[in-house]
Amino acid sequence: MIKISVKNLNLYYGKFHALKDINMDINKNEITAFIGPSGCGKSSFLRTLNRMNDLVEDCKIEGEILLDDKDIIKDIIDVNILRKRVGMVFQKPNPFPMSIYDNIAYGPRTHNINKKSILDDIVEESLKKAAIWDEVKDDLKKSALRLSGGQMQRICIARALAVRPEVILLDEPTSALDPISTSKIEDLLGDLKKEFTIIMVTHNMQQATRTSDKTAFFLNGELIEFNDTETLFSIPSKKSTEDYITGRFG
Amino acid sequence: MNKFINIAIKLAALLTFSIFFFIVSYIFIKGVPNLSFKLFSLEYTSENVSLLPSIINTVLIIVLTLLVATPIGVFTSFYLVEYANRRSKLVSLIRITTQTLAAIPSIVYGLFGMLFFVIDLGFKYSLLAGTLTLSIMILPIIINTTEEALLSVANNLREASFALGAGKVRTIFKVIFPICINSILAGVILSIGRIVGETAALIFTLGTVPKIVTGLFSSGRTLALHMYLLSTEAVHVEQSYATGVVLLIVIFMINSLSTYISKRFGRLGR
Amino acid sequence: MKGKRFEKFMKGIFILSSLVSIVSIVLICVFIFKGGIPFIKEYGLKNFLFGREWKPSNSPPIYGILPMILGSFYVTIGAVLVGVPIGVMTATYMSYFSGKRIYSILKPSINLMAGIPSIVYGFFFLTVVVPIVRDVFGGTGMNFITASILLGVMILPTIIGISESALKAVPKEYYEGSIALGASHESSIIKVVIPAAKSGIMASIILGVGRAIGETMALILVAGNQARMPKGITKGFRSLTTNIVMDMSYASGTHREALIATAVVLFIFILIINGIFSIVKRRSLR
Repeated sequence: MIKISVKNLNLYYGKFHALKDINMDINKNEITAFIGPSGCGKSSFLRTLNRMNDLVEDCKIEGEILLDDKDIIKDIIDVNILRKRVGMVFQKPNPFPMSIYDNIAYGPRTHNINKKSILDDIVEESLKKAAIWDEVKDDLKKSALRLSGGQMQRICIARALAVRPEVILLDEPTSALDPISTSKIEDLLGDLKKEFTIIMVTHNMQQATRTSDKTAFFLNGELIEFNDTETLFSIPSKKSTEDYITGRFG
Repeated sequence: MNKFINIAIKLAALLTFSIFFFIVSYIFIKGVPNLSFKLFSLEYTSENVSLLPSIINTVLIIVLTLLVATPIGVFTSFYLVEYANRRSKLVSLIRITTQTLAAIPSIVYGLFGMLFFVIDLGFKYSLLAGTLTLSIMILPIIINTTEEALLSVANNLREASFALGAGKVRTIFKVIFPICINSILAGVILSIGRIVGETAALIFTLGTVPKIVTGLFSSGRTLALHMYLLSTEAVHVEQSYATGVVLLIVIFMINSLSTYISKRFGRLGR
Repeated sequence: MKGKRFEKFMKGIFILSSLVSIVSIVLICVFIFKGGIPFIKEYGLKNFLFGREWKPSNSPPIYGILPMILGSFYVTIGAVLVGVPIGVMTATYMSYFSGKRIYSILKPSINLMAGIPSIVYGFFFLTVVVPIVRDVFGGTGMNFITASILLGVMILPTIIGISESALKAVPKEYYEGSIALGASHESSIIKVVIPAAKSGIMASIILGVGRAIGETMALILVAGNQARMPKGITKGFRSLTTNIVMDMSYASGTHREALIATAVVLFIFILIINGIFSIVKRRSLR
């Protein structure tokens, strides 16, 4: 089942043509990985999906991005509602300088959930889903900044889950973490896809093969190849994909 | 030659410190013995030259000035940092304006306050005229410190908030402002120091009446102004020293508070 | 949609707030210029700026502010002569000579010095320095010497603060490069570090000059305030700022307009200094 359908998407930063004619269908309850060298447009594309690019000056978008058949540019006018449905986790863990509890409750409170008992439930549920409940359940009032990097990133995942999104975007979520924390998060993603649609940018090709169902390879703003992860890595159909995954450049 | 340079530099530093130390200790030595209960009578008479009304007026004008200037200054910085295009004409205009406001001498502020608030708007010499004049004067201090604090907040916290569907206003008040509050406070305290020491901007706006102000349209004098008026009269030298001590103590407290707060911020900051 | 409206509303408030400083500066210009320019037009710019006499109670009154312009000018030079060498050398000491402990005493002292109200400086100079100068040079003791030292001391914190950060911002490699060539600590700092921090130090001096020109209430206590052409460093004088305060309490009619016109001149000087400051600062940032 298709969750997000991108049609003829073009993105410009001023005069720079950052994404060229992207067409892609992203399936529900799957993990889709975006790979490609730095500057290839994969992060820009990811940030288009929850319209974080709106924050960039002179950014222009053409084409359609359908989320459940609704165009997120033309039909979903309120970006804040879009971002509630399409959550995001960033490269560097960025918890707010508040308590763990307040970090998780920030999103629901933003969307006007203020009742203590409901918030308590959401916090517990989100932390459990992000596989960090057991580590922090006694320290909910403590500052989130006192956790380790890997824990902080799972807090950020829990924070994204707390607004009950349908899609989660992850922008190189493990690039700032050690191998043990990385594998914890990769395991977590496998569990999360049962409930969410996950789209992840990664620099690490092993990570893409380990975790994702589908992989998209970007180069110079173009979508070069998009296929089942296994197929893409074993029998790439394009020369540049093969060059990239065998490490000949990038 | 090296020896000479070395000695000259050390002497200069020693001289600077000695000047500071001498001024402060001289005022203290001369002033402390003159601090008497009489100086803190509620009612000023030409005999007791009480400081208390001026102290109360100073506190009042500090509170009112901060009430006016802090929100305006902080909101200005919100606009400059969180909304405006950094290269827009309006931003550079505001930047030039604040820089110019910071450079204008107190006496010009005083004269402006007199011409505009006192005469043109008919406020007379009053707490209101003094407050508004000082508010404009401290605006650049508040804008500059707040702007610096906002700029030091990592951008990825803003992104995290937006990505959760929060709007700008919520992001500013719930995420960014709490992080900056300490440095903003340090700037506010700095402005208090400026208000406490101010004379030239107040003499033609607040006036010089040695009584506790009774309302927004009542005239009064602050502690620094009180000291100026005593010094020009030359008959109350002892009381002037005593006033100087009180002023110095206030300034020292303000300074330590400001350092303490910005240090605490330094530890919290990220 | 309610949220959208709130966002717009708050944004409006923020924009309005940021307009306050622009409106303020416009008002200040309008009121100061409106009060002063008509007088200057009527009296004649040349007569006003270059008139050598200020006699508001003569009939007809004479309003020449050359004495005050020169008074401000000379006392500022005096303040620079006193404050700049001591300030720059102290800043050098703080950034390249002092140990941690001395620094931790010196730095807060300088900050406190910056915070001491100008009236306290003025009063101290009036009661301590004026008698000394009187004993040494005769006269009243209220003259260019006393006033220059006063302003020189008052601008010290400004000069030290900005010079120090300029000196500290000089890349370490410059100093190390010089030391590696066999130059001594002192000559590396004099010949390499200070020249590299030149524009920052210049900026500190300009800011100090601005402070000295604008200072009023401390100066009024020690300058003597005679409205006459400067007669020598041991004689009293009047500055642009003190002229305003001295006469404003009783002035009316054209006399008062002449005082506002004095403020116009002062204001323009400050704008020029501020303009030079931003140019120098921009250069030092590069």
